[in-house]
Amino acid sequence: MFLFVARRTVATLMVLIVASFFVYVLTAYSGDPLQELRLDTTPAGIAKMNHAIEVLNLNTPPVLRYFTWLPGAMGCLIGQCDLGISLAKGEFPVTMLLGQAMGSTLQLITLASVLAIILGVAVGMTTALRQYSGYDYTVTFFTFVIYSLPVFWVAVLLKQYGAVELNKFIENPDIPIWLIIVLSIFMGFVVQAVLGGERRQRLISVAFGAVGTMVVLGFLTFTRWTTSPSIGIVGVALISFALAAIVLAASVGFSQKVPTMIMLGVAAFSTAMWYPVWYLLEVNQEQGFLWLLGVIIVFALVGWALGWFFGGEDRKSYSKLAAILGALTILPHLFNLFFVRWDNYKRLIQIKNGVIPTFGSETAGLNGDTWMGAFDVLLHMVLPTVALLLVSFAGYTRYSRASLLEVMNQDYVRTARAKGLSERKVITRHAFRNAMIPIATIVALDIGGLIGGAVITEDIFGWSGMGALFALGLRVVDVNLVMGFFLVSGVAIVIFNVVADLIYSALDPRIRVS
Amino acid sequence: MSLDAQGRETTIEQEATIGLSQGQVIWKRFKKHKLAVISIFVLATTIILAFTSVGIVIGGNGQLVVDKETLLLRPDGWYIKGWWQWDWFTVGAKDLVNGAPTWNHPFGQDDIGRDIFARVMRGMQQSLLVTFIVGFLSTAIGVVLGSLAGYYRKWTDSVIMRVADIILIVPVLVLGAVLGRSVGGGALFLAIMLGLVAWPGLARLVRGEFLSLREREFVDAAVVSGASARHIIFKHILPNSIGVIVVNTTLLMSAAILIETSLSFLGFGITPPDVSLGQIINEYQTAFQTRPWLFWYPGLFIILIALCINFIGDGLRDAFDPRQRRDDFTKEGFFKSLFGGKKIEADHDEVIVGTTQRENI
Repeated sequence: MFLFVARRTVATLMVLIVASFFVYVLTAYSGDPLQELRLDTTPAGIAKMNHAIEVLNLNTPPVLRYFTWLPGAMGCLIGQCDLGISLAKGEFPVTMLLGQAMGSTLQLITLASVLAIILGVAVGMTTALRQYSGYDYTVTFFTFVIYSLPVFWVAVLLKQYGAVELNKFIENPDIPIWLIIVLSIFMGFVVQAVLGGERRQRLISVAFGAVGTMVVLGFLTFTRWTTSPSIGIVGVALISFALAAIVLAASVGFSQKVPTMIMLGVAAFSTAMWYPVWYLLEVNQEQGFLWLLGVIIVFALVGWALGWFFGGEDRKSYSKLAAILGALTILPHLFNLFFVRWDNYKRLIQIKNGVIPTFGSETAGLNGDTWMGAFDVLLHMVLPTVALLLVSFAGYTRYSRASLLEVMNQDYVRTARAKGLSERKVITRHAFRNAMIPIATIVALDIGGLIGGAVITEDIFGWSGMGALFALGLRVVDVNLVMGFFLVSGVAIVIFNVVADLIYSALDPRIRVS
Repeated sequence: MSLDAQGRETTIEQEATIGLSQGQVIWKRFKKHKLAVISIFVLATTIILAFTSVGIVIGGNGQLVVDKETLLLRPDGWYIKGWWQWDWFTVGAKDLVNGAPTWNHPFGQDDIGRDIFARVMRGMQQSLLVTFIVGFLSTAIGVVLGSLAGYYRKWTDSVIMRVADIILIVPVLVLGAVLGRSVGGGALFLAIMLGLVAWPGLARLVRGEFLSLREREFVDAAVVSGASARHIIFKHILPNSIGVIVVNTTLLMSAAILIETSLSFLGFGITPPDVSLGQIINEYQTAFQTRPWLFWYPGLFIILIALCINFIGDGLRDAFDPRQRRDDFTKEGFFKSLFGGKKIEADHDEVIVGTTQRENI
C-alpha cells in the first residue's frame, strides 16, 4: 500500500508540473496584466508600471517566466513555499492569501457538504426503499430539475426569496389561515408518501403530518415567534426528544424497549443540562469554541456510557448510537445561545438589510461577543450553503438510490431475509452499509473538487474564498494568483483521488490497491 | 417458455424483441420513456424556434458593423433575417417606461429598448451551438483516443491516459475560463475550446469498455479470421460500447450548456456585443426585484434545454441497457403508483447520472 501511494504521488507530481506549465502560459497570454496601469500616464503612474514590470518579471516571455516560478512552487515539497506576490491583492505573498481563502472556503463547504450528504443519502435511500412509488417518481423528477439548474440563476432567486422575502416574513410572520390549512394538508400528503405502508398507516401518517404542521405554523404566526425567537428549556427539551426520535427511527425503530429508554435518557440529560451549558458557555467566552467542543465530548460520553451500562447484549451498537445522539443534542443549546442575542444583533446590524444577509462572509465592525460573531457568520452562510447544497444534494440522491437498489438485489440480502431477520435489520445491518461504500468514494472525490472553491457561488455571494481569488486573478491577469489557486485545487483533487481509492479498498476487502 | 420458428426455446424477454433489428429494439424501449420522447419534441421545437425566429449569422467576428446601404447597425458576417420582427442588437423606443411585456414585445424590453425575446433567442442559438459542438467534438476525440488506448494498451495507453490526467486535473470551469479569455469572445471558438478539453472522462470510459471487450471470444474470432485492427475496433468492439458512449455524450452536452452559461455569466465566455443566456442573466441580476422578466426567461430556457437533454439521456440509457427494464416515467408506471402501493421487483440497478460530470460551480 505504501508503494501504491508513493507511485501515485510521483506520477501525479509529473502530471501536476506539466498541467501547471500550460495553465501558466495560457493565463499569461489571456490578457494584459498592466491594462489598468497603462491608462495612467503621469510620472507616478509610469513609475508604478515599471515597478510592476520589475517585481513580476514581465519582460521575460511567459514560457521562460514559468521556470522562475517553478522553483518557488517546488519549494512547497520541502515546506518552503514561495508562490510569488499578487499585484491585484496589494503585493501580498500568494501563500498568505491562499491560507486566508482556504480558511473561508473550508468554512463554507464543510457545512454544505455535510448537509448535502446527510439529506442526499436519506432521500436517496428512502426513494430506493419505496421504488416506483409516487414519492420516488416525484423525487426523481425533481433531482433531474435540480441537476439542470444553473447555479447563478438559482443564486439570484435565493437572494430574493431566501433573504429579502424571508426577512420580511421574519419581521412580520403573518400566515393566512387558508394557507396554514393548505400547507398542513400538503405536508400530511408528503409524510404519508415518504413513510408509505398500508392504508390505515397512511391515514395515521396524514393526520400526524397535517396536525404537526398546523401546530408549528400556528405557533409561529400567533406568538410571532420569529420576531424575537427564543428556545429556552422547553425548546431544548422538544428538539432533544425530536432528535432522539429521528435517531431511533433511522436505526433500530421504536419497537424495542431498551434502546428507546436509552435514547430518552440521553434527551432527558440534554434537557437537564440546559442551564449549566448555557452558564458555562456564557462565562467562558474567551475560549468559547474549546468549551463548546468540551461540552460536545461530555454529551457524547454520557450518551455512550448510558448505552454501555443499560444496553445489555447489544451494548456496542447502542452505545455508539447514544453517543451520536448525545453529540447532536448540543444543537438546541447552541441555538439557545444564539437566539438570546437576537435583539442585540438586530440593533447592531443595519436593520434595513434584514437578518439574513445576501452578501459577504461577515458583518464588518460588528461589536459583539464570541457567540454573536459565530451567529453572524452562520447567518451569512445560509444562502451560499443552500446554493451549494442543491447541486450536490441532487447528485447524492441519485447515487445513493442507485446504490441501494443494486445492493438490495444481491444474494446476501436475500440470505439475510431468508434467515428471518426483520426488514429493518436487513436494511440497516446489511444493505445500508454496503450501499454506502461507493458513496464514500464519491464523497471523497467531490470534496477534493470543492476545495478549489465554488467559483460562481463565491462570486455571487461575495464570499472571499478560493473561487473568488481565482475569478479576480483571471480578470486582472494576475498569473501568480491563478497559479496559486490552481496548485491548491489540483493538489486537493489528486490527494482526494488517492484517498477515494484507499477508502474503497479499506471498506471493500475484495478490492486491493496495487 | 415458448418455441420460435426454428424450434428453439425463447424467454419472455426475447419474445418482445423477435424479428426486430437492433435499432428497432432500442427505439421501442426508448419510446416507453414518455418524458424522454416529450423532451425530444420540446428540444426540436426549441431549436427550430431559436434558429428561425431572429435569423442567423454565418461567419463574422461577433462584432456589430454599420451596413453600407441602410446605414444601420448589423452583425458582422452573413446575416440572414428571421421571421421575428425585432432583432437582438437594435436599440429602440420602449413601449412602456419600465419595458414590461406588451403584445409587441412578449418578453419585455431592456433599459435601452432591445427586445428580450430576440435576445433570449440569440442566446439560445449560442448555447445550443456550444452544446452540440462540445458534444460532437469531445465524443469524437474521446471515442477515438479511448479506443486506441484500450485496444493497443502499452505505451499508447500510457501516453493518452497521461494527457487525459493532465486535462482532468484542471477543473473544467478553470480551463474554460482561461481558454475563453485567451481566444476571445465568440461562441464558436469557446465551443471548440471546451470540446477540446471535455473528452478525458469519456475516453476513460471507452478505454475501460475496450479493455474488457477485447478479451471476449468474438474479438478472438475476428482476429483469427484475419480482420485488421481498424476493422476490429470500429466494426466489432465499438458497436458494443455504443450505449455507454451515447449516454455520456448527453451528460456532456447538458454539462456543456451549464458551463458555457456559467462562463458567460462570469464574463469569461461569450462577451458583448454578442449575446449569451448567462450573460443576459448577469447583466440584469440586480433588476430582478423591479423587472423580473429580464431575469426569468433566459434562466427558464437554460433549464429547459438542460432538462430535455438529461431526460433524453435517461431514456437512451434505459433503451441501451438491456439488463434493466424500468417503468420510471412511463405512463402506466407513473399514474398507477402515484397513490402508492404498487410494488414492482427491481430488475436491476441503474447507471447513474454522474456528479463527476457536473462541476460544482
